[in-house]
Amino acid sequence: MATTTTAPPAPTAQTRARRRGGWLSAPGRGRDRLLAVATPLILLAIWEALARSGAIDVRFFPPPSSILEQMARLMSNGELWPHLFASLRRLFIGFWVGLVPALVIGVVMGLSRPVRAALGPLISGTYPIPKSALLPLILLIFGLGETSKVVMVAIGVFYPVVLNTVAGVAQIAPMYYDVSKNFGASRWQVFKTVAVPGAMPSIMTGIELGAGLGLILIAIAEMVGAKSGLGYMIWNAWQLYSVETMYVGLLVIAIIGYVMSLLLAEVSRLLMPWRADR
Amino acid sequence: MTGHATEAPTPGPVTVTGATTAAADAAADNVKVRIRGLTKEFDVKGRSVTALQELDLDIPRGQFFMIVGPSGCGKTTLLRIMAHLDSPTRGEVEVRHSAEGRPENSMIFQGDSIFPWMTVWENASYGLRMRGVDKAEVRDTVGHYLDKTGLTDFKDCYPHQLSGGMRQRVSISRAFANDPDILLMDEPFSALDEQNKTLLQDELLRIWDETRKTVVFITHSVDEAVTLGDRIMVMTAHPGTAKAFVDVPFERPRDVLDLRHRPEYGEIVYEIWQQLRDEVSRSQQRDRAATTSSRRRFGR
Repeated sequence: MATTTTAPPAPTAQTRARRRGGWLSAPGRGRDRLLAVATPLILLAIWEALARSGAIDVRFFPPPSSILEQMARLMSNGELWPHLFASLRRLFIGFWVGLVPALVIGVVMGLSRPVRAALGPLISGTYPIPKSALLPLILLIFGLGETSKVVMVAIGVFYPVVLNTVAGVAQIAPMYYDVSKNFGASRWQVFKTVAVPGAMPSIMTGIELGAGLGLILIAIAEMVGAKSGLGYMIWNAWQLYSVETMYVGLLVIAIIGYVMSLLLAEVSRLLMPWRADR
Repeated sequence: MTGHATEAPTPGPVTVTGATTAAADAAADNVKVRIRGLTKEFDVKGRSVTALQELDLDIPRGQFFMIVGPSGCGKTTLLRIMAHLDSPTRGEVEVRHSAEGRPENSMIFQGDSIFPWMTVWENASYGLRMRGVDKAEVRDTVGHYLDKTGLTDFKDCYPHQLSGGMRQRVSISRAFANDPDILLMDEPFSALDEQNKTLLQDELLRIWDETRKTVVFITHSVDEAVTLGDRIMVMTAHPGTAKAFVDVPFERPRDVLDLRHRPEYGEIVYEIWQQLRDEVSRSQQRDRAATTSSRRRFGR
């Protein structure tokens, strides 16, 4: 008995000792994080050095320091903010406009065979169409106003979410439906207590993909049919040959994408506490 | 030990009765489950396969009824039909419902059946919550069964934080807390190791002893059948039907370890094996013939 109770702590102590070791010699979270930060910083430093020494063409690759300078200028003179907020607003509205129907249709398709048979081919048939190729049509239908931009984001969010939701509901072990039926759950209760939580990991994957696609599409849509937004800012900078501003636009979009993925990871953790320490 | 066998499993020598005398119990009005001419056919690649054939069965109120049979004998199908998760091709299954607004049956499923996305508490209270039972009552009932199964300290844990034995305890709590007329158990301990299995059998008997509800328990383990049951139905292999009924004379409450020491215990186990031997070899031949058999063989 004594051996069985004292045995478990031993390996943990070992692992901890290994983690506490030097960051180069031992694998560990601290070293991973350091590498993740160091690699881009080193690359930026190389870029800066190459640009300053004239080894690369500064017309295409302005030194990072000048890009940051430009970014600071655009922030202080207020030019950046309207573009940023216009894009964020379209992203936010489009996200919900795409997400809600995708979830509802996805879960219903996952639960109901006839609905799946009716809508499945339609959705998987239109899915491979490059969403950017829809832009002219969307502009034609919804005009040059806000709606067309929101619709583009919504389309981007809709497909990955609906497909992942259907797959998520379909992969729930049939036993869980048997359990809910045996314990007297109504259709709505099955939806709430089995289908949605069971499919949640897959749904969140779909949302992450959809949010990324939405970001791509908003940039493209703003380049063509808008007078505001980060996409417009980048496109306009190209026409004015302000290369630094283009890079600022790209940087801001990258930051939005990163913050979005952090946010969604946090939402996942809140929605799925049962996977918290996986 | 107060032996209070309501259904009076005759103490003394092992009694094995033929399948036909099952109807004898029908005369008594304390029959809880009555099955007549139950047949279940499945379509397998356009061919009709009979899983259950002309099964007659009476289970008296409060009996701990065990079903033993080789793999593929249709015992799980039988239980699923009793749980209304499957429907019979012919014949009838009647559960005499006491009709107090309580559910007719609750099932303890084979393997991991508790919801991974719910805490122990949410899992154990599932049936009551779905029925909209009053909150205070849910708290009392679920609290009681979590206490009984030693899960109180783990009530806010998620299943992946628990061992296999603890997860099955949650499943037991969920079924008992739902307070059904009859409890259906489908090899609930088959995935557990020998020590955990013995522990859980003991716990199950203690919990069952409080209410003495009618239980229909499926197993492929003869030991488990003799340890837990009042009466054991041995099933034939493919198509499944009743081959013999064996009464278990041990008094209640029982002590699992103590029971296995007794000479009668070995006698009954031997008796059931006699009944089963042919069926197991028939089932294995069929399995071998089917070549693509990934099924668990009878025994260990």
